[in-house]
Amino acid sequence: MSDALRNVEPANPQERKLIFANFAVAIGAFAIAAAMAVMQALSRADVEVPGRSARMYYMSVTAHGVLMALVFTTFFIMALGYAVAQRETGRLGGMKLAWLSYWIAVVGVAMTAWSILTFKASVLYTFYPPLQAHPAFYIGLTLVVVGSWGWVYRMIQEWRIARRVRGDRPVSLAMHATAANAMLWALCTPGVAIEMLFHLIPWSLGIKETVDPILARSLFWFFGHPLVYFWILPAYTLWYTVLPRLAGGRLFSEPLGRMVFAIFLIISTPVGFHHQFQDPGIPASWKLLHTFLTMAISFPSLVTAFTICASLEVAGRMRGGKGLFGWIRTLPWGDPTVSAILFAMLLFLVGGFGGAVNAAYALNSVVHNTAWVFAHFHLTVGSAAALTFMGAMYWLVPLISGRKLALRRIAQIQPLLWFIGMSLFSFTTHLAGLKGLPRRVMSTSYSGALPAQLWEVHTLLSAIGGVVLFVSAVAFVFVMIATFTNKQTEPVGTIEYAEPLHVPEGGFRVMIWDRLGFWFVIGVVLVIIAYAIPLYDLISLERFGSPGFRPY
Amino acid sequence: MNVDLYERIWMWGVGVMLSLFFAATAYSAVAREIHPPSHVETIDPAQSMSDPRFAKQGLWTDRDGNLHLTVMAMMYTFLPQRVTVPAGVPITFHLTSRDVVHGYQVIGSNAQAMVVPGYVSQFTTIIPEPGEYLIACNEYCGIGHHQMSTTMIAVPAAEFTAPEAMDNPFTSHAGGH
Repeated sequence: MSDALRNVEPANPQERKLIFANFAVAIGAFAIAAAMAVMQALSRADVEVPGRSARMYYMSVTAHGVLMALVFTTFFIMALGYAVAQRETGRLGGMKLAWLSYWIAVVGVAMTAWSILTFKASVLYTFYPPLQAHPAFYIGLTLVVVGSWGWVYRMIQEWRIARRVRGDRPVSLAMHATAANAMLWALCTPGVAIEMLFHLIPWSLGIKETVDPILARSLFWFFGHPLVYFWILPAYTLWYTVLPRLAGGRLFSEPLGRMVFAIFLIISTPVGFHHQFQDPGIPASWKLLHTFLTMAISFPSLVTAFTICASLEVAGRMRGGKGLFGWIRTLPWGDPTVSAILFAMLLFLVGGFGGAVNAAYALNSVVHNTAWVFAHFHLTVGSAAALTFMGAMYWLVPLISGRKLALRRIAQIQPLLWFIGMSLFSFTTHLAGLKGLPRRVMSTSYSGALPAQLWEVHTLLSAIGGVVLFVSAVAFVFVMIATFTNKQTEPVGTIEYAEPLHVPEGGFRVMIWDRLGFWFVIGVVLVIIAYAIPLYDLISLERFGSPGFRPY
Repeated sequence: MNVDLYERIWMWGVGVMLSLFFAATAYSAVAREIHPPSHVETIDPAQSMSDPRFAKQGLWTDRDGNLHLTVMAMMYTFLPQRVTVPAGVPITFHLTSRDVVHGYQVIGSNAQAMVVPGYVSQFTTIIPEPGEYLIACNEYCGIGHHQMSTTMIAVPAAEFTAPEAMDNPFTSHAGGH
């Protein structure tokens, strides 16, 4: 890697404060959401937990989804982005905008959390109309997105500055990936922004009488599928650039990594109809086009699978691993960051197969809106992303704060607990879904109907998995609190990325994959191809909107 | 771009696999005409209970002798609440909701669709075996979501008497299946 990347200043106190402020919101949201989750898993197994009621259950599912999937992830990703950008040049610019965006997003989180926790917004994190929430719910979530736009602007600026500084040498792969993710977010968030600003907010305030549920769902999923890549790309970033180094090896093929992130930028958005296979109002031909584009997204993920495994094998062999699989044993499983990511990847392997079933044009009818769906995304966002993020905090918080990782023994077993808990929870829930258990239900007994007896054992095992996951979540939160207040210090450091295995003669040059602005334009073109005609046809129909309902 | 030989083989392998996926999906969609429910037809949800298409729910036969089932979804039930159908015979389902979004799922078959106010969902499938089926709502629709279920009885086709024939009031195959 170029010398310009080596000797940069560690984060100064102001920069550190910004990064930790974002981490703090992420960890706080995670703690509340995890507490909600254990109650839900028990409720689905029809265990009479204290305070169990339908009203409480659906409120808590809303809180869990919003706080985990939207707040925990977004704030972690912003913190990581700032850390990567700081590492790139040694100085983070635009601090005022960064803080302004932070506070906008924090106010948004507070409004949304208030509306949910006071039972005014039990509409779940997908908030499909005509279920209607309190206006504070929609306005709050919109503010979170607006806050994240400030971060997007900063990331793109930092990437451009880094490019200028480097000249004909490329920016780090981590900066490249972070900028690609920021651009992806810029491409997809207008969907949900239009849904909020022109439909849901005026409708919840009584300015607009009705909304069209299918148009709202289409706008939501325009944003909703790229959202999952917004979660996953930072995890991939850490797998490519940090994991091989922590594991004691090298990054197997750096240029392909650059290609992978560029492809995600292009193709993550024009695929939203694969979440709407069972929806009326959208012709089959457009669903088919989105299916083909969806299949294409598995290409960069499968390339990633090869590169990361090869990098790990390099690491294992450099540590003395022999034989076909001996290198797996010699990986540093005792390092909580490494083990968290390894377990996250193992769970993601299964999650990837499940996702291919969800996205299959004809198979979807078997699993759509069954328990299979949340079983699936607890392996993707709930493991590949969340467990990687937890592992990353074990490494990044001490590195930037200069406080030693506290409760190290607990941190070492926490990823294993997550792996065990998630395996129990998710694998059994997949099976229940295949047997038809519907999604988002408080109780699974259905007055003792026959299929309900078939999935009884699955919901029970999944509840046990939920309890193990809760123990793991508590362990993580304790380690974080103890680390942030740790009196034992270590020297403040800078992020060190994995060295590539092969440096081409003459070093890396700026390649076509580094031209993210160009790929962004291609992404826009694909979005227009995939969405312009079906959305135009939809709004040309004689449509009848719906008034709001608040049955909670 | 210099790519390692094994990685190149892997990427070609992935390419071949994805091509097979493409081909299989295209074949089942184009040649076999297997599609998810994608009917395009709208309805005023405020008037849906009196709309001629949904005023009467249940099983009926069209002039060509095909079986149809009309279903109205509402918090927290489906109408009709109990229905008897022949097993193994294609049935065209027509569904709408008069309030929020629901999900209609005949557990143990692949009969399912989102039921959205303002739209008519439609699909044709078979109920595979004789027996009693649980129909459950699979989209969150309020605090009674987990109680929203009804029953479908499938009987052997030979024991089934077809209901009276009537004119099909629905748009046929608009924009899909």
